[in-house]
Amino acid sequence: MGESGRKLIDENGLRIDGRRLDELRPIRMEVGLLANADGSAYIEQGKSKIIVAVYGPREVHPKHLGLSDRAIVRCRYHMAPFSTQERKSPAPSRREIELSKIIREAFEPVIFSEYYPRSMIDIFIEVLQSDGGTRCAGITAASLALADAGIPLRDLVASCAVGKVEGRLIVDLNDEEDKEGEADMPVAYIPALDAVSLLQMDGQLTEEEFVEALKMAKEACMKIYQMQKQALKQKYVEAKEAVEEQE
Amino acid sequence: MSITPQTEPLTKIKSKQIIEFLKLGKRLDGRSLTQYRDVKIEAGVIGKAEGSAQVSLGNTRVLVGIKVETGPPYSDTPNMGVLTVNAELLPLAHEIFEPGPPDENSIELARVVDRSLRESKALDLESLVIVPGKLAYVVFVDIYILNHDGNLFDASEYAAISGLMNAKLPVVEVEGEEAKPTGDFKELPVRDCPVSVTIAKIDDALLVDPTLEEETMATAKITITTTKDGRICAIQKSGGGTFTFEEVMEAQKIARSKADEVRSLIPGWRG
Repeated sequence: MGESGRKLIDENGLRIDGRRLDELRPIRMEVGLLANADGSAYIEQGKSKIIVAVYGPREVHPKHLGLSDRAIVRCRYHMAPFSTQERKSPAPSRREIELSKIIREAFEPVIFSEYYPRSMIDIFIEVLQSDGGTRCAGITAASLALADAGIPLRDLVASCAVGKVEGRLIVDLNDEEDKEGEADMPVAYIPALDAVSLLQMDGQLTEEEFVEALKMAKEACMKIYQMQKQALKQKYVEAKEAVEEQE
Repeated sequence: MSITPQTEPLTKIKSKQIIEFLKLGKRLDGRSLTQYRDVKIEAGVIGKAEGSAQVSLGNTRVLVGIKVETGPPYSDTPNMGVLTVNAELLPLAHEIFEPGPPDENSIELARVVDRSLRESKALDLESLVIVPGKLAYVVFVDIYILNHDGNLFDASEYAAISGLMNAKLPVVEVEGEEAKPTGDFKELPVRDCPVSVTIAKIDDALLVDPTLEEETMATAKITITTTKDGRICAIQKSGGGTFTFEEVMEAQKIARSKADEVRSLIPGWRG
């Protein structure tokens, strides 16, 4: 049951926002919207809104943090104080500290960090409005920002959660489904390596449900991956059109 | 902000040795890939704490103390007691640990253990409310790492659940706004026995209960917690590598079977 005691899945198998069980929320992606950052991206996934900037590769400060054989990656996942119903303190919470770590680890396998010894690559993820699935949407957008910064990647990372509400598996949970549901499993997937670089789960799943949930996560990530590629191309289509107009 | 850690690599000869052993399905300490080190659990080691347990996994040593107090419940869960998990990577446990506020590793450790306890519903929080919305039991699980030789997640989880099983709840009388202990104790309501199993990946090999040397070599780790009924209740992949879907499925199977083995060693659990 949802907050108001209403059912989260109706008799037609539709969710509170009218989606089917395996349907993603409407997603809008934009690449290269911040002038100062080396790369940037913005994503809206349902009501979640996230902006990401990437700086680097650049010199490491302080110098002793640098590695002689590769670049270091720094990552900050942060929620704006106004992103949630109740104001969130701007100081990093334990949740944000954990997520910053596992998001960084989700990107380490795709970045060719060995090309840039003694330098650093910074990923700044700011959640402007939160309605569930922000770590996944943040990863999806951060991939675009890294690509936009021209950092060599083995592939983009696509990310989506699968969860369980009222005994049914669903993809891309919104906040209410996450809070009221019985399980939540965020996954980040790297198509070129056919491997996951982030996998977390809380709630309860049987073995059968877990197997099915992984399959659904992969399918959802592949849909998001196609959108990511489209969003990257779009930036250059727009640039080309702008040049043609001038001519 | 999370930063790529500077890890002191193993000597070339050592890492080569580990990999050659793994090719033969063996490990430096003589274990098979799916074998735990000796698991020793001693409950009730700290008399002043309401519950406690010390766990050793080989040379890894973890002490957990449980303190129970009374206080207001969270405003969004007025009918539930409060569970708080904290972890300290003590500087006496390894040369790489520095004193100071908890870093991302100790926060991750505490949160993974918290997830195992919370999501398995091991502790019946609903029975820990005293006056709904006003007063509830607050259960503090404090994880103390005494010696670090790898697999802190599992050692801490076993110590935490063993500590909870060992814990006593002070009976209180409500007088106005306050709860006064009567001096009597009752059992802490523990309903499940979640057991985490951590699996490290070195090259293409999956091995359970990695030592610190093995963790240094591993590209990634995955910790999977299952309940007494074999349901998965928490997962955490950590480390900067990847797992294929086949590896995740394999890890999940290993976790399920090893968890049953470890569960039989948890003192106080009669499943």
